[in-house]
Amino acid sequence: MSETVIKTDAIIIGAGPVGLFAVFELGLVDIKAHVIDILDRPGGQCTELYPEKPIYDIPGLTIVTGQELTDKLMAQIKPFDAEFHFNQRVETLERLDRGFGVTTDAGTKIEGKIVVIAAGGGSFTPKRPPLPGIENYEGTSVFYSVRKMENFRGRDVLIVGGGDSALDWTLNLQPVAKSITLLHRRAEFRAAPASVQKMLTLVESGDVSFKLGQVTELHGEDGQLRSVTVKGSDGTTFEQPTEIMMPFFGLTMKLGPVADWGIQLNENLIPVDTEKFETSEKGIFAIGDINTYPGKLKLILSGFHETALMAQQAHKYVYPDKKLIFQYTTSSSSLQKKLGVK
Amino acid sequence: MTVMEAAVKNSVPGIAAECGGACACATCHVYVDEAWREKTGSPEQMEEDMLDFAFDVRSESRLSCQIKVTDALDGLVVRIPEKQI
Repeated sequence: MSETVIKTDAIIIGAGPVGLFAVFELGLVDIKAHVIDILDRPGGQCTELYPEKPIYDIPGLTIVTGQELTDKLMAQIKPFDAEFHFNQRVETLERLDRGFGVTTDAGTKIEGKIVVIAAGGGSFTPKRPPLPGIENYEGTSVFYSVRKMENFRGRDVLIVGGGDSALDWTLNLQPVAKSITLLHRRAEFRAAPASVQKMLTLVESGDVSFKLGQVTELHGEDGQLRSVTVKGSDGTTFEQPTEIMMPFFGLTMKLGPVADWGIQLNENLIPVDTEKFETSEKGIFAIGDINTYPGKLKLILSGFHETALMAQQAHKYVYPDKKLIFQYTTSSSSLQKKLGVK
Repeated sequence: MTVMEAAVKNSVPGIAAECGGACACATCHVYVDEAWREKTGSPEQMEEDMLDFAFDVRSESRLSCQIKVTDALDGLVVRIPEKQI
């Protein structure tokens, strides 16, 4: 954890298409930005949920995939040199004399004159299996990620799932754990074939145990897991003793800490005005899927429009003494200079 | 129109459809009634993979975003997993 505080103009929360385009629109009016996202790369839902799916309603692009759109936006905003902080979730937001301070779960502290919430459907978090009492074991016996491999040394670990996360952690924890059991509902895996092959080799050598089935119940006390009940593929059930369970069932979107920042919410969405896209708090904006206003459509193109208007008001906060003159990128030499094309 | 879209339009609880029908989230999981299984067919590879992210998956499990509503499916019965609501 570092105690250095980063100072900037705008703090953008969310690196989805709208958060990325906010870098562009703010950049045109000389506002520097830092962007924070919980995922490990830009694109938000576009790259996390549908990187290969074609999108047909981006103006000017007949067809573009989620990944391509993200790549194009990254290229478009390059001149503005925004700094990205990936794999981090903003936990707290505080009001300062002039602006705001945020702290992420990785300890990054950033101070900005304005905050732009472009968090889409919320932050991506691991799906919690609907098993009675699972919350009592989370953090002690049930883990959705590995912060320190050492915590798993000498323990009996049950990994549930058949995707890349499940397979990666089976392979990574195998040398450390006392025993590793991989449980999956079927004998096919969507994980990378190379990982599957490595896992099967470890199963053959007896270093990993593979079982077919789905967990139906947890057993233990005081947060310490003792065993789980598994329904096998043939419908019969069996008990699987384990100290640790790691379920990997993909990600879901949760609003997360935004709810605690004193901003007015309406059913997990942030109400904004349609002139400035500002929230109930002056200097905090909300753009893209996370906001709501009469007639709101959750379209990427609507989010783009919102960034442009937001930037107009943001300029007033960042440069209170400067008058903003409206300009076109086609004809303004000063805008073209900022874009590095002149 | 898919079964998921029909459910969302009619605010059926338990069909979150977080990804909006991209077969990318498994939050529109349903069980197809036995009488209808033949007509709805079986999941393709991508759907079968995505069912790994659903809970209490059974042989009658489908993702409702992948079932297209046709005249042949008039009267279709699907059930939503209890713990999904």
